[in-house]
Amino acid sequence: MRKTGLYLLLLPGVLFLTLFMVIPIVMTIASTFYQEGSFTIQGYLQFLTDAYFLKIMLTTLQVSLVTTIACVLIGFPAAYYISKLGPRKKGILLALAIFPLLTSSVVRSFSWMIILGKKGLLNSSLLAIGLIDKPLEILYTPTAMMIGLIHLFLPLIIITLVGVMENIDPDLLKAAESLGASKLTAFWKVIVPLSVPGLIIGSILVFVGSLTAYTTPALLGGKQRVISTFLYQNAITLNDWHLASVIATIMIVITFVVIYFMNKLATKLNPKG
Amino acid sequence: MQEKNRGLALFTSLVFLFLLGPLIIISFTSFEPGSVLKFPPEGFSLRWYENIFDVEMFMTTFKTSMFVSLLGNLLALLLGIPAAYALSRFDFRGKGILNGVFISPVLIPGIVMGFAMLKYVIVVYNLPIYAGLLVGHTVLMLPFIIRVIASSLSNFDFAIEEAALSLGAGRLETFFKVVLPNIRSGIIAAILIAFLESFNNVDISVFMTGPGVSTLPIQMLTYVENNFDPTIAAISVLLMIFTAILMFIIERLMGLSYFTKR
Repeated sequence: MRKTGLYLLLLPGVLFLTLFMVIPIVMTIASTFYQEGSFTIQGYLQFLTDAYFLKIMLTTLQVSLVTTIACVLIGFPAAYYISKLGPRKKGILLALAIFPLLTSSVVRSFSWMIILGKKGLLNSSLLAIGLIDKPLEILYTPTAMMIGLIHLFLPLIIITLVGVMENIDPDLLKAAESLGASKLTAFWKVIVPLSVPGLIIGSILVFVGSLTAYTTPALLGGKQRVISTFLYQNAITLNDWHLASVIATIMIVITFVVIYFMNKLATKLNPKG
Repeated sequence: MQEKNRGLALFTSLVFLFLLGPLIIISFTSFEPGSVLKFPPEGFSLRWYENIFDVEMFMTTFKTSMFVSLLGNLLALLLGIPAAYALSRFDFRGKGILNGVFISPVLIPGIVMGFAMLKYVIVVYNLPIYAGLLVGHTVLMLPFIIRVIASSLSNFDFAIEEAALSLGAGRLETFFKVVLPNIRSGIIAAILIAFLESFNNVDISVFMTGPGVSTLPIQMLTYVENNFDPTIAAISVLLMIFTAILMFIIERLMGLSYFTKR
């Protein structure tokens, strides 16, 4: 095939993305270094020295980290169980995990408002059985955000891990056992190490997803800001586009740093993967 | 081992209860006859379903969402099919980089992309909000279209294409008569997956709304801020039914294995 033909196939998409994604993103990043016509890093200094900004950053990182750890701890055993099932049952459980994933994040976060609210299902049940005597304030706290985010991303880690675990040769487990390893040892020495690539990819998806999620913190976080709602607030409510651009740039940098180092870790732990 | 499996089975059931419970609860509350969301509902009523059609903004934004997702999808297909074909069919210098570029819209945080688009597509390029919304959704859908179509092309035997070419069919004719029909189900699945991504999108759309232009998820967010009645629960049920139908079609077309691959 001639070169021109190839370019003709690729050009429209590349042009479109350049015009509507690459230029806007690059210019947004570049704009953070210019203020009133001269080079400046004032925006970043402002961000890094303000206690309020730092608190938002810390909340965001905490919420994302806890969400990721919880998703791994809950998702790993469930994925292992699903991966060992017969094709029919496996298919049904996978479909049940994919369904919430395809459901609007507004719907999913809203459902937690009904459960976690002051007069919500959780509080009324706990009050009814007498475990508490006044309603817990869960909604509009970091805890509510974490619950919502775990709900949002748990399916992602489960289906990623099932995809990886399915491809582990069951003969490896049998071999380990026939060589004298107990079921548990075999699980730790065979299944866990071979699942590491999936675990890392899944964790990246959950961590970066939680770090940048907007809908769930906006609905469940109330006045609690995380970095994405803070970006929105500055851009739309406060109209401070310079600060919003700084926040956007910081989000891009964090995302790419996380992806880079996690990928490095993945190749280190599993050179063949 | 039996014991441990039973423990795992119980654990997994609890995980699925956590995943699906809230969606079941929201469905029940949509039938609440009173105006306060309650679980369990105190009766059975469809009044909140009627309310969806009474609140004009829901219908308007539903139409906008449909229009943007469908037209954006078409645009993404026009841009994405040739790119997916080139990337799967040929080896050339810079292929890895181009692959990266086409996948990158999913790597950049949606909220960042939305803001950058507001700044440049709406303000600098001066596109009307409606057009900006459309462009934003096309960018959003492009990686999904390319990924799904490239994966169905990877199962296509290009020897068949060679055969058609050697029998004298032209390149274009071969593409439309041999390649496209063979990956038809992959294309439809790509359309549906991209459609769902676009239809549910909040992060980009939230910046592209303005006087008279909004999408359904954004309208739902705005509504929840001011009202806490079961209308959103009722819309949620309709959206879930819609999602389930599309998911069923995707399953029939290419299986759900797309979702387990990363």
